[in-house]
Amino acid sequence: MRYLIVYLIGALFGTGIAFSGMANPAKVLNFFDVMGPFDLSLLLVMVGALSVAIPGYALIFRKRNKPVFTGEFVLPKAKLVDAKLVGGSATFGIGWGIAGFCPGAAIPALGLGHSSAFIFVAALLVGIAIARFATRVEFFTASRQAS
Amino acid sequence: MTQFTPILSLGGGLLIGLAAVALMYFWGRIAGMTAIIGGILPPFDRDWAWKATFLAGAISAPVLLQAAGQQIEYDVPVSTAALIIGGIVTGIGVTIGSGCTSGHGICGIARFSKRSIVATATFMVFGFVTVYLIRHVLGGAI
Repeated sequence: MRYLIVYLIGALFGTGIAFSGMANPAKVLNFFDVMGPFDLSLLLVMVGALSVAIPGYALIFRKRNKPVFTGEFVLPKAKLVDAKLVGGSATFGIGWGIAGFCPGAAIPALGLGHSSAFIFVAALLVGIAIARFATRVEFFTASRQAS
Repeated sequence: MTQFTPILSLGGGLLIGLAAVALMYFWGRIAGMTAIIGGILPPFDRDWAWKATFLAGAISAPVLLQAAGQQIEYDVPVSTAALIIGGIVTGIGVTIGSGCTSGHGICGIARFSKRSIVATATFMVFGFVTVYLIRHVLGGAI
């Protein structure tokens, strides 16, 4: 039952992405192309999502001290704006501008069945693996120096 | 040229927001695709089962929509090389930056996280700059 609900929530997310145009790289790249065939649609995706998520989250956190199926709300603990956050986000922006896919849109795009989405997601996974490996190498070096 | 689709985009956005709220309400988690994809890659975290289930839902919904005859516009105006390079760069960026459009842009902003607001502003600006450079300075070279 719990997993059926999560499946349905994932399906809701995928449906929203598919209808919104986020899974269409042509639309995403035109949104970024203010000097070209500018398409403002994706701003409305953000407006739509936030108009539900802002009051929804506020209501949940005010009315409930834990979620329905699990013991606690798990929220990111980091508070500091650091170089990793800004550098990583800048890097993501560059990648988004090159290919026109963000991760949350590329996953539902797989379901549309075009090979380009599979190519992108494969490359995305490689990128995630590279970043994990690189940060772990850094971590090992740091801990070795510490000991 | 793509059509301006205010109703579909706003409606799609509402569903995405609803999914984010539902995941928090039922499971107490952020609907951030970076963490969700990351959870099903080694080293697997203990949350991998719901993450895999969420992904299955997110992928199968468009399959079902298309099977039901719903047209979903899709066009990739870039080369395969750009998809591969963009994918790798995106994967590195979202991992180092701890999130993407769904995690920072929607869930993070919705709870007024300063980190997420900065991250979103940063990746949007770099998206605009990158497309400007590729299309208007390099002449759409990749």
